[in-house]
Amino acid sequence: MTKHSIPSSARIVLDTEIPARAPWSTIVRQGQRLRIVDSHGQQAVDTLFYNASDLQERYSGQDTLRAQGSAYVTTGTRIMSSEGRAMLRVVADTCGLHDTSAGACSCESNTVRFGHGTKYLHACRENFLIEAAKHGLSKRDIVPNLNFFMNVPIDASGNFTVVDGVSKPGDYIEMVAEMDVLCLISNCPQINNPCNGFFPTPVQVVVFEADED
Amino acid sequence: MILTEQQQAEIAAYKTRYEALKAAGQGQAPRALPPPTSRDGAPIAAGAVVHREIIPGGWYWTTRLNRGEALRLINTSGASCVSLLAWSATDPSERLNHADTIKVQWAASLRKGRVILSDMGRTLLSIIEDTGAGHDTLAGGSTAATNAARYGAGAHRNTRDNFILAAGKLGLDRRDVMPCISFFAPVSVDAEGRFQWLADRRQAGDFVDLRAEMDLLIALSNCPHPLDPSPRYAEDPVEIIRYRAAPAGADDLCRTASAEAIRAFENNAFFFDSSVAG
Ligand SMILES: [Zn+2]
Repeated sequence: MTKHSIPSSARIVLDTEIPARAPWSTIVRQGQRLRIVDSHGQQAVDTLFYNASDLQERYSGQDTLRAQGSAYVTTGTRIMSSEGRAMLRVVADTCGLHDTSAGACSCESNTVRFGHGTKYLHACRENFLIEAAKHGLSKRDIVPNLNFFMNVPIDASGNFTVVDGVSKPGDYIEMVAEMDVLCLISNCPQINNPCNGFFPTPVQVVVFEADED
Repeated sequence: MILTEQQQAEIAAYKTRYEALKAAGQGQAPRALPPPTSRDGAPIAAGAVVHREIIPGGWYWTTRLNRGEALRLINTSGASCVSLLAWSATDPSERLNHADTIKVQWAASLRKGRVILSDMGRTLLSIIEDTGAGHDTLAGGSTAATNAARYGAGAHRNTRDNFILAAGKLGLDRRDVMPCISFFAPVSVDAEGRFQWLADRRQAGDFVDLRAEMDLLIALSNCPHPLDPSPRYAEDPVEIIRYRAAPAGADDLCRTASAEAIRAFENNAFFFDSSVAG
């Protein structure tokens, strides 16, 4: 037991490991908590949310940042939808650095960033497409996402870089759902930049019900 | 997690390559970006003009912009902000991706010499002229809620609804409305990650010229930016000039400003020119 363990009174709805590089999805009901654990450290977890009862309403990184007046996501951040409504609220964060401006890697953007020779590598947008299709969603529904545990400093002159992640094994971020949400995750397979320490690893996802702290 | 020697060697090789790309991308390789265009510079030849339009304050506008044409957005009063969406006219599932645009170019701040990328690794638009007002890629456009919070009760048009209207008129719908880029919105990020509004950078007569690198559908919204601290809802018009522009030559600034831009234009070439080996 660590000080960050889930309360013994909590009802665990789901507790699973997402393998390195894999896609995954689930529905988190209003009031339930979603905890994403970076089991081995330095692993970017690309995440999208949709309103489960209206899949056209979806995560908006720009609304999320604007609503809090800051370029990063951490405890207290309201995760906002394209309709300007709070989808989830971040209630705990042991890492402190999460990005929502850099979007997901793709075969196509990899060619531009890293050279045409990197086209045929598995990428987050491939994961999102495969997983989104299970829910009747398509490429039109895939928007720039949250990147939990990804370290993307932005300086005053606008320099923008993915740098080494700072998450340690077992670091987690926890959110309370403010509406029923479909959660899509791509456990990022990128090996061309430091978002995974160049070595993708599994992550853990727990959905549970608990009283307010 | 215990890594083998071979895994460690691969990681070291990836890291070395990334550091080299970063050094080039954040340096001035292969060429330095130019200073801003002067506000009385870059005249458009009368014969090149295809269309002019005045977008009233609060309104939206749509157009088709063909490859080889450009759009000048003019901030007539200096108080306006113009938010933009763009889709490929031949396949609107290919569209503006602000995240790829900034990540790939190592820069959240757009300026003359930068390009705007699609989600398919191709150049949609090149920023061929820019007076340097500052443009927002991070915080997005206004909504009914942000207007109500800023200006109180009243019928203030907003960018989110404008984009849904614009998409509808282009035969698209709200699934096709993605995060936007807002011109004449001088947003920067301070050392604590907080947004700042650099009001002084924006002046009357600022303009930016966007050249289409494929046939595009464009939606614009002329609404005050949600981070603009002015208590006045600027109803000021902006002027739009659609004109024929010289196509990007081999030595074009935007095509050659970075290794990333070169590769994005190569992706366009693979797409358009069957004579170019893919
Ligand atoms: Zn990825």
